[in-house]
Amino acid sequence: MTSLLNAERPPVFCPGCTHERITKELDKALEKKGMAPDKTVIVSDIGCSGLFDTFFNVHALHGLHGRALTYAQGLKLADPTLNVIVTMGDGGLGIGGAHVLAACRKNLDITLIVLNNFNFGMTGGQYSSTTPTDATVGSEFLNHAEVPIDICAVAESAGATYISRCSGHDTALADIMVAAMDHKGFSLVETLGMCTGRYTKKNQLTPKALDAMIEAMPRKNGLVAKNQRAEYGEAYRELALGQTHFPMPVTIEKQFDPTAPKREEIVILGSAGMRIVTAGDMVCYAGMAAGMNVSMKNDYNITVLRGQSVSEILISPEKIGYAGIEAPTVVVAISDEGVQRRKAMFATLSPDTFVLKEKSVSIPETPAMVVEIDFKALKVKRHDWALASLGVLAKEGRGLTPDLLAYAVGARFNKKVAAIAMETLGKISGS
Amino acid sequence: MALSFMEGNEAVARGAMAAGCTFFAGYPITPATTVFANMLKMLPPKGGICVQGEDEIASMGYCIGASMAGRKVLTATSGPGLSLYSEQISFAVGSEIPLVIVDVQRLGPSTGSATRGADSDIQFMRWGNTGGVPVIVLVPKDALDCYLLTIKAFNYAEEFRCPVFIASNKEIGMTKESVDLDAVDLPELVERKKYQGDNYVPFEAAPDAAPDFLPIGGETLVRQTSSTHGTDGYITIDPRVIEANQERLQNKILAAEERITLYEENHRPGAKTLVISYGVTSRAVDDACDLLGEKGVPVSSLTLKSLWPVPETLLVKAAENYDRIVVIEMNLGQYLGEIQRVLCGKNIKFYGQMNGILIKPGKIMEVIEND
Repeated sequence: MTSLLNAERPPVFCPGCTHERITKELDKALEKKGMAPDKTVIVSDIGCSGLFDTFFNVHALHGLHGRALTYAQGLKLADPTLNVIVTMGDGGLGIGGAHVLAACRKNLDITLIVLNNFNFGMTGGQYSSTTPTDATVGSEFLNHAEVPIDICAVAESAGATYISRCSGHDTALADIMVAAMDHKGFSLVETLGMCTGRYTKKNQLTPKALDAMIEAMPRKNGLVAKNQRAEYGEAYRELALGQTHFPMPVTIEKQFDPTAPKREEIVILGSAGMRIVTAGDMVCYAGMAAGMNVSMKNDYNITVLRGQSVSEILISPEKIGYAGIEAPTVVVAISDEGVQRRKAMFATLSPDTFVLKEKSVSIPETPAMVVEIDFKALKVKRHDWALASLGVLAKEGRGLTPDLLAYAVGARFNKKVAAIAMETLGKISGS
Repeated sequence: MALSFMEGNEAVARGAMAAGCTFFAGYPITPATTVFANMLKMLPPKGGICVQGEDEIASMGYCIGASMAGRKVLTATSGPGLSLYSEQISFAVGSEIPLVIVDVQRLGPSTGSATRGADSDIQFMRWGNTGGVPVIVLVPKDALDCYLLTIKAFNYAEEFRCPVFIASNKEIGMTKESVDLDAVDLPELVERKKYQGDNYVPFEAAPDAAPDFLPIGGETLVRQTSSTHGTDGYITIDPRVIEANQERLQNKILAAEERITLYEENHRPGAKTLVISYGVTSRAVDDACDLLGEKGVPVSSLTLKSLWPVPETLLVKAAENYDRIVVIEMNLGQYLGEIQRVLCGKNIKFYGQMNGILIKPGKIMEVIEND
């Protein structure tokens, strides 16, 4: 193998910058690994570490600050045969913290090289997420009020399977990188280095001092035993293989010829847990079985187990334009919460509107025709009131017929549930 | 005839599958979540990949990576998520990365109302990128459009190598309706044009075209960068190179305006007024025009199904014979300015509503009838 360094674009770092050494060590590592350039991509972040992709003759992607891991993971998921290496500074670590955590948790087979030089070199030496509290940097006093993060400790707690921390001047750096790349899963190599253009101007830092810093920090080196698990891509693909059923759309053939097809606007006013949306579905299935066009809008609380649940259904022999309810032909009122949600509607109803009201529910004054039903007396459980209401509508010929409803029940539910539903409906048709 | 029953979001997912999408990354957000939920059901059985990002920024990053590996990718969000997409959209726009982004719009600003519709982001989709480079925005009026326009969006994304938006709306995305999928005239699928020669220069292209594509991970080395780049994909500060690229990014979309334009129009004999609308609002406009027609007041309508690039040629032609233009929007007039600009000199009346509910046909009739 030969060097993958791009002879036409040599490193352009400040004299003495550790990044230059890391560039050469990364090249050595790629050589030692025998990485095929066309199966290798360097994804670089922003700042001086963001220059890395230009120095190598491999595939390259350079993006926004802190987001390098997001592109890297998209590439790796889309093409698992790629060797994906990410270079990121301590700046990217801070701004892209959520992505570092996610990469540790996911464990895709990617190697992240963190080039930690304790400050934002490119923008003027401002403090970063790793700047020591007592350092003198380009942020006046700001870093004196914060503490730096130990990214290796963070990565370990986030589930990283491989972590390595070393000096950028470590003589074994290439081998350390090779070991990280050899790991099947997410590997994080934190290199500590000197930013000679900014940081070391006001802070004493030498390769020896870096070694001392590493000695003083908790030792992180290699596999994290407690976090070992399958590589994400492999785990994902295995799980996905179990998903063999492609869901086809719900399709309803015209089954019945209604004698006088007409537009219906049906409003079901209920509460969470009353299977209002399911009832709405059934009304639509029935409409479609009659060869009609349908639309359905539902309104329920974001806390799905509480509050109102309202379904508004249009059935029309014509194409449906405006999909709101303007002149309901049928209103089913089976909970006070639902009624409250549409209380202004009742005064506007026409005398022809059929309002079905459960005995326990109060509704506002209305000119509409109101029919009361006592589901409790019929021993219909509350969660079946919506379904039972459809039984009443079918019996009265309002919006659907017994045939259409029976068809809708069969189309909406599996055999067992359909049989139970028909039993409930039997209590209505027989009453 | 068999009708299918689905919400707009499911129709988007089915459109994406029909277009050959094999990658989705997204983050749950009402009212767009069910696009994600549907893709999660549909992609794995077909060998595709569907993942949840740690946030919207990451989701777009995954999509960018996957697109650069050569896949057709989709993501879906709503206003607050679109805000987070913004920096990545700028990358995709400037670096010509094909993506389809569904924005199931909800009432803004900010977190606004998660379960209330509005066409909140019409200008945001266009201008929510740094640099102001044009994008393509398609706008469905119903579930069937969601299906068809998603396929067209993929075709545009592949051809023009740019993000293409579907400007959906909670009132379409989460409204279930009967649709006749078989009645749709499906367009032929467009695949990304692969470079065929032996000296690949990643951003070399004709002055009004997108460059040919090669994937990261293929035999030829590919460079992609969010930085200002020359045709070779390396950073450049050469003003002539920069200018040529900026102009090309603009021209490749604007020069194709007429070809990108999608619309429906209904010109009624004797009509003096043309109502221009888009999205779910145009359904109420159609009803209003029908009702007015029945009353003996003919009114014509133009439903825009592509908003960006602004279909200027269409607007001028469609409005030619009308004294009065009425613009109806489910916001406080985000697109009105474009119409005023293109149809300057015309008598243009506007009604906008942004209160979480649909504009009723009756209201539109009132606006049309009252001068």
